[in-house]
Amino acid sequence: MSASDARSVEPSHAAPLPGNPGEGRGGLKRPRPRFPALRRLLRDPVATFGLALVLFAVFVAIFAPWLAPYPEDAFESHILQRLRPPSAEFPFGTDNLGRDVLSRVILGTRSALLVAVAVVGASLAIGVPVGLVAGWRDGWLSELLMRVTDVFLAVPQLILALALGQLLAPGLTTAMLALALTYWPFFARTVYAETRRLRGALFVDALAGIGASTPRILLLHVLPNAAPAIVIRATIGMGFTILTAALLGFLGVGAAPPDPDWGLAVAEARQHLPEAWWFPTFPGLAILLLVLGFNLLGDGLRDIADPRLRRSRH
Amino acid sequence: MSAVLTRPLLSVENLAVHIRTDGGLARILDDVTLAVPKGGSLGVVGESGCGKSTLLRAILGILPRGATVPKGAVLFEGEDILSDHGASVRGRIGFIPQDPYLSLNPVFRAGDQILEVMRRHAPGRRRDHKEKLVELFRAVQLPDPGGALAKYPHQFSGGQRQRLLIAAALSCEPSLVVADEPTTALDVTTQREILVVLRQLIAERGLSLLFVTHDFGVLATVCDQVAVLYSGRVAETGPTRAVLDTPLHPYARMLLACHPDRATDLLGIPGTVPAATAQPPGCRFHPRCPQLHSGCPIEVPPMLPAGEGRAVACPWYEEAPRG
Amino acid sequence: MARYVLRRILLALPALFGLVLLTFVLTRVIPGDPAAALAGDSATPAQIAEIREKYGLDRPILEQALVHIRQVLTGDLGRSIFSGRPVTEEIAQRLPATLELTFAALFLATIIGIPLGLVAALNHNGPVDQIVRLLSVGGLAIASFWLALMLQLVFAMDLDILPLRGRVDVDLGLPPTVTGLLTIDSLLAGRFDQFRDAVWHLVLPAVTLCLPGLASIARFTRSGMLEMLQKDFVLYARAAGYGKFRLYAIYVLRNAVTVTVTQIGLLFGALISGAVAVEAIYDWPGLGTYAVQAILTADYKALLAVTLVVGVVYAVVNVLVDVAQALIDPRVAEDVR
Repeated sequence: MSASDARSVEPSHAAPLPGNPGEGRGGLKRPRPRFPALRRLLRDPVATFGLALVLFAVFVAIFAPWLAPYPEDAFESHILQRLRPPSAEFPFGTDNLGRDVLSRVILGTRSALLVAVAVVGASLAIGVPVGLVAGWRDGWLSELLMRVTDVFLAVPQLILALALGQLLAPGLTTAMLALALTYWPFFARTVYAETRRLRGALFVDALAGIGASTPRILLLHVLPNAAPAIVIRATIGMGFTILTAALLGFLGVGAAPPDPDWGLAVAEARQHLPEAWWFPTFPGLAILLLVLGFNLLGDGLRDIADPRLRRSRH
Repeated sequence: MSAVLTRPLLSVENLAVHIRTDGGLARILDDVTLAVPKGGSLGVVGESGCGKSTLLRAILGILPRGATVPKGAVLFEGEDILSDHGASVRGRIGFIPQDPYLSLNPVFRAGDQILEVMRRHAPGRRRDHKEKLVELFRAVQLPDPGGALAKYPHQFSGGQRQRLLIAAALSCEPSLVVADEPTTALDVTTQREILVVLRQLIAERGLSLLFVTHDFGVLATVCDQVAVLYSGRVAETGPTRAVLDTPLHPYARMLLACHPDRATDLLGIPGTVPAATAQPPGCRFHPRCPQLHSGCPIEVPPMLPAGEGRAVACPWYEEAPRG
Repeated sequence: MARYVLRRILLALPALFGLVLLTFVLTRVIPGDPAAALAGDSATPAQIAEIREKYGLDRPILEQALVHIRQVLTGDLGRSIFSGRPVTEEIAQRLPATLELTFAALFLATIIGIPLGLVAALNHNGPVDQIVRLLSVGGLAIASFWLALMLQLVFAMDLDILPLRGRVDVDLGLPPTVTGLLTIDSLLAGRFDQFRDAVWHLVLPAVTLCLPGLASIARFTRSGMLEMLQKDFVLYARAAGYGKFRLYAIYVLRNAVTVTVTQIGLLFGALISGAVAVEAIYDWPGLGTYAVQAILTADYKALLAVTLVVGVVYAVVNVLVDVAQALIDPRVAEDVR
């Protein structure tokens, strides 16, 4: 988890030091290329493939009702055409209730992405402030925050999610809450480590010396510098959340029927094996591709942020 | 200088080493000829970037990936080292690296690391090897030689670690010791002690020494012959005393002139060592040379004998230096 | 070294204490009225009041917390609401199965992952490296429950060369319990037919469970090796004449795996989570099936006990990892901050 150890400490270009705007770069008039990180990412074919997968999933999620051949199959069942193998009519076959698997895979993209965004967003909202405060200050508050973080990290994520899901009413909302409650410590740790690292940096001392307030330093200077590590964490967290949410769905504490959920579909398919091989295969492949997309993207971003592991070397 | 006349133990003959880089082909070494006689000691001196390290790596048979040898040979006791990447001569050439801290693996006992090399190169029982190693530790004046076997590298001081590495270099009873600026990472007092130990051991055992450095002061302590390297070529060779007292090549002259104490670094010459990918034609020193002649940028100067076993790669060396 | 181990254990205690508190909070605070939850949907107010008194739920919250801590410390985790048996007994019965599965998975992940990472690093940017890279990212992207179904579909249902589910063939019987790990117990009893059967049943679950671990171990070994290969001591060792195999597979690898070992500790949490799904699909009689069954029967006592036990196992594994790291790299134990 030391993606950022080797990076040098320098202020982000997004946040020039107050009081000396543009100074020191006066002679250089050449415009900086826009989105340098994106350019570097696109130079890596594998990471580009990851980005393409993610963008494709976002596209599918947004236009799901128009892309699905049988959008009404989200809820309707057609018992007469149950468990049909893949054909021109139903490219991915039909499920145990005669619904088009392709349509349900397409419709399921939306909830998979939604869960991931919500969980990662909520984890960020808890983890980033905790990490910032604990990393910046020394003393009992910092100690307490990090000990609490450690406790949450010591509990296996899935088990805690299951326990929570059980104690509250099982359902997609509970699953999301449980996932957020178990994922925020990873952000707290990441931001904590980054803040500690930056706290000792010269430019932070300089800012404190010219009288910048603590919130100002934290929000305008420390946070932007910690951003790469946070973005990488969040990208990998998206994939991880989709996997865990699917698992919760599979175990019956996530999405509930008749929602078109990938994990749930695999669970429903279990009783119909080995005859209906297509029924679990395609939802599972959808999970694999989307998570793979996020992981490859995160991997590529990590390579950009960590020059030590950059592949272009030698 | 009778030693010079006998067949050399190590000879580098017209060696060229090229490395393919992103910036183009780097001609790191170009037509380098050197010899270390049996029982003699040769110091190779030059600024950083002159090709010292590559020369060393060629001699040790560990050239980096992407390096090619378009020309020349490295002969050790008549065997070509480059043909099998040094495999056949390992154990007969002892190597003392530059940085004693980084050269030992931190997670293995220092003694075990040396014993592993002994095991590979000298048949015998481990117990005998251990005894021999303790004896060597005593010879390099390592404190508590017996206890040192069980210690990890980080439990030694910098000077002690360098003594360890000298012991390691001697552990397989080599006939030649190759040292890569072994004292640069140490403070001045320790430097002197280490050099004294090294010189004494070399003399006692009748070994030959190839010593690479950028420090003329160190050179005078341990070497009887010297070769000045500039930008991948030999500028001047000869007995150490003579070269230090009356350097002939303009480059050597400037090096020694700008540092009268002769014991510090060599950064006092205008201009810089040219990049290995963009060597100037003719004499590679001509852009920085105060005695520039019209032929210098065109013709590569040959090594010219200059008496007393000396040789200079400059046809104008007898000309008085200009202001 | 002994002092270092002791310090690691002491450092693990606060997290374990926090875990006990957390389980308390989960039972007493989150469900709103735990007595009502305990009594079930059809309970009358009188029954709820009775349960409240019986479980001490009418006492001040602080007192309840102290009672809970005392119970946990004395190993009293209550009785299963589903079976009425002590939860500790049921867990003790199932823990070996889960440990056998996770150890097998960890073993596979390590003996395949480390060489893969090593070979990838030595072929940096070569075809092998690219394959390992794809594998290490892809391995973390596969849903274990889905992979389990797919493997069942192919190897058990279609090809019929491996058992579909379970841990033993009932006809062969069980070896006398010594460690609780069937592979070891059967060998101790000299029953090779039982050993073969135990391994046979272990293959699919262990392969399924090991994949994410294999992916991360290969990945961390690879990056660790790449970093170490730049070090001066590698060059020195080459010059001194280390043998090629010994140089990479022992001399350099030992440095590279220090990072990997930490990773194995972190992986353990993921392995336990994965075990829940894998056990549920392969009908493996371990903690995972127990947890799933606890969910289905709303047996929250059992579920909390599993959380606690798994948390303790996790803490123990992490102490072991720290010790292993100190054994690999002697500087770790001496680094007194």
